[in-house]
Amino acid sequence: MAEQHAVDGKQPTYGLIAQYDDVTSLVHACEKVKNAGYSKWDSYSPFPVHGIDPAMGIKPTKLPLLVFAMGITGTCVAILMQWWMNAHDYQFIISGKPMWSVPANIPVAFELTVLFAALTAIFSTLARNALPRFHHPLFQSERFARATDDKFFIGIEAKDGLFSAEQTRALLESTGAVAVDTIADDSKVNHKLPKPIVWFIAISFVAGFIPLGFIAKAWVSTNPAPRIHPNPNMDFQPKFKAQTANPHFDDGRAMRPDIEGTVAQGALRGDAAFERGLDASENWLSGYPTQVEISDATMNRGEERFNIYCQPCHGAAGYGDGPVARRMVLLQEPKWVAPTSLNQGYLRTMPEGKLFNTITHGVRNMNGYGHMIPPADRWAIIMYIRALQESQLSGGSN
Amino acid sequence: MTASVANIDIDNTGVDPRARDSLVLGDQDLHSVTEMVCGIPEQERIHRNWWIAFTLAASLMGLFFANIAYLFWEGTGIWGNNNPVGWGWPIVNFVFWVGIGHAGTLISAILFLLRQKWRMSIARFAEAMTVFAVVCALVFPGIHIGRPWLPYWMFPLPNQMQMWPNFRSPLLWDVFAVGTYGTVSALFWYYGMIPDLATLRDRSKTKLRKFLYGAFSMGWTGSARHWHRYERTYLILAALATPLVLSVHSVVSFDFAVAQLPGWHTTIFPPYFVAGAIFSGFAMVVTLAVPVRHFFGLKKLITLRHLENMNMIILATGTMVGYAYSMEFFIAWYGASEYEGFAFVNRAFGPYAWAYWTMVSCNVISPQLFWFKKIRTTPVLMVIVCIFVNIGMWFERFVITVTSLHRDFLPSSWGYFTPTIFDMMLFLGSFGLFSTLFLLFLRWIPVVAIAEVKATMPQAHMHHEDEHHSEDTDGAATHG
Repeated sequence: MAEQHAVDGKQPTYGLIAQYDDVTSLVHACEKVKNAGYSKWDSYSPFPVHGIDPAMGIKPTKLPLLVFAMGITGTCVAILMQWWMNAHDYQFIISGKPMWSVPANIPVAFELTVLFAALTAIFSTLARNALPRFHHPLFQSERFARATDDKFFIGIEAKDGLFSAEQTRALLESTGAVAVDTIADDSKVNHKLPKPIVWFIAISFVAGFIPLGFIAKAWVSTNPAPRIHPNPNMDFQPKFKAQTANPHFDDGRAMRPDIEGTVAQGALRGDAAFERGLDASENWLSGYPTQVEISDATMNRGEERFNIYCQPCHGAAGYGDGPVARRMVLLQEPKWVAPTSLNQGYLRTMPEGKLFNTITHGVRNMNGYGHMIPPADRWAIIMYIRALQESQLSGGSN
Repeated sequence: MTASVANIDIDNTGVDPRARDSLVLGDQDLHSVTEMVCGIPEQERIHRNWWIAFTLAASLMGLFFANIAYLFWEGTGIWGNNNPVGWGWPIVNFVFWVGIGHAGTLISAILFLLRQKWRMSIARFAEAMTVFAVVCALVFPGIHIGRPWLPYWMFPLPNQMQMWPNFRSPLLWDVFAVGTYGTVSALFWYYGMIPDLATLRDRSKTKLRKFLYGAFSMGWTGSARHWHRYERTYLILAALATPLVLSVHSVVSFDFAVAQLPGWHTTIFPPYFVAGAIFSGFAMVVTLAVPVRHFFGLKKLITLRHLENMNMIILATGTMVGYAYSMEFFIAWYGASEYEGFAFVNRAFGPYAWAYWTMVSCNVISPQLFWFKKIRTTPVLMVIVCIFVNIGMWFERFVITVTSLHRDFLPSSWGYFTPTIFDMMLFLGSFGLFSTLFLLFLRWIPVVAIAEVKATMPQAHMHHEDEHHSEDTDGAATHG
């Protein structure tokens, strides 16, 4: 039964097609063909016909499962990629954000889930439908051109085990077909792509590897030549940098000095007592400025700040034996100048204003701390130093 | 012009939406729908108006690429972007174009899932609009990067320092979101087009047309087994595109909302941006649909009811956008942050008050005109309103970007942003790129999804009572 039927004694038969003019007769005809037991057959319509799937016995496609699986794969790939790139392979801190935090990775994970699922949906449908396919024996039929316009067809292939030129034709005619035609199998003759197209595809496929080869070569080899500048405009911009010469100004400097009398934000230090430690007659202030509250809170604050900024060198009790100093002695560092003991007599009698100035600007090899410690904290530290000196004195005398 | 039936408006806006009325007007059968749509790409001679429009669009596109060439040579200094406004027109144009695109996906995916069958005669060109708008949008961040030969630094590729991009930055999320959106929209659009390209292939007379339409239709035969998988895949793509479109504009809004800047750092941004995107996108669809249906004889397919439905969506989303504007002000006051309060008062009454009130009048007041049925159903009037909406939505992005940046925390660094002629030419030119692509689409591709429209017609449904082939609309009423 499954033999190939020759048309014109030369070409084998592809099969039979029957034309229908409306949906109702198509669906009823499909039911008859299905009930006759055919398996290699199909119906063709210009739009998806509702109710044709049960009439033809088409089972629901399993594509959604594949799409779901690939979507989950996309999520996993995205999460893994972000973890590997930002939290593992090359860690860098941005704005103090954690190296690895899931919320920041959700948007990309979502997008890749959709991308993977959508690409899978489209390409797997094409693959299951065996498309693209640029040749089909049915395209020989003049009638069949209207399958994409307003006519409906059923095609039964000669490969089907039940196919017989006479009986199948009789079956199709009994379904109310408008016309039944025999289609020759021209796939041996016409299925090949034209030579120029084959060559074009082959050459562009091979040529596509050439730039990839260059990139791979550059990747594995080192090149002593300087970087290429595709547009030097962008990399070498004509501009004056801070320490360069500029002929446009009388002093020949690119960097402009401040206008005389300029005061930077927060640098006015107009309150002589609080911000500079001076009294009304420009002498070192004895005692504390009015803004400083003499209280336990200020003292505690002073202790805390002292232990952060002063203790590393001066030591917790102020003898100049902090961990940094002891380490330097241990290393026998030749240029090291030992920190001053805060419990010496001249420091005990030094005006508070002068201590303030020392903390602000530094002395000998001690740096100024004015840029780090705000004035109120400096006064709090002084208050603590005074308490420290008092405690050590009594400790010594007892 | 080539329509086989008279191209006149029939008022179908009064039809009860609960009744399943035929979506295609006039005495149409399957073949006349094919003729009506395929007639456009099959015209023997291209119409003079098309050539005029194309010449204009292509010249603007030339201006666009000439500007980009100059930009690449001279650098981003040709723009008005400078301290304190480092984000100027390019980002405004980017958000504007991405937003325009969203209506296409909304129509093709969300309305598809909601079984809104009226969508299908406008879906194809709304999707085309999406794809072309995303193309325009992607150009702007691409040319904004300063050294345009290094765009691959945005992608997760190891560079010569073996460094990876920073995934904690919303700007990188943007690369993934807009990239995915562009890819999926283009595939969705092309995938829906395959059966219609096959229709054109089967009607082709010349060898070249046969070859090109044949290649792009991939050998589609209309097999029921193929249709089965095709429909399922289309449904899946719609289900994927729906959250995608919401995510894309949310991610775009993160570019602003994740920053700490008053005026940007707002949790309402994601929903507000999505509503704004749909609003501007639908306005663009209406602006394009009215001339297309007029000039290409499609008034029976893209009916007044389609236009009215879209105008109702514009009214709804426009009102949501108005709500978001007022809520921003409320939170600025209620949040009691001095800087936040200043940013918003400055927005409405500062040096950019003109931009702010242009935005409010175009986006909040003009769509309210759609409460009047007369305006909602008169093509000329609705196009005027929609153009105002698009102007307003461009200004919204301008207001958000520029007014938030121009007055910093320090009054000494305050400034006023002024665009240069190159900013303006680039923006104008992007319309050239968009229109050129759109006109080519109108000329070569079926502008209406033929197969989808046919599937909603009475002829697509089985007649149970009588086997006789009749044209009664009961078929649609019963089984539509």
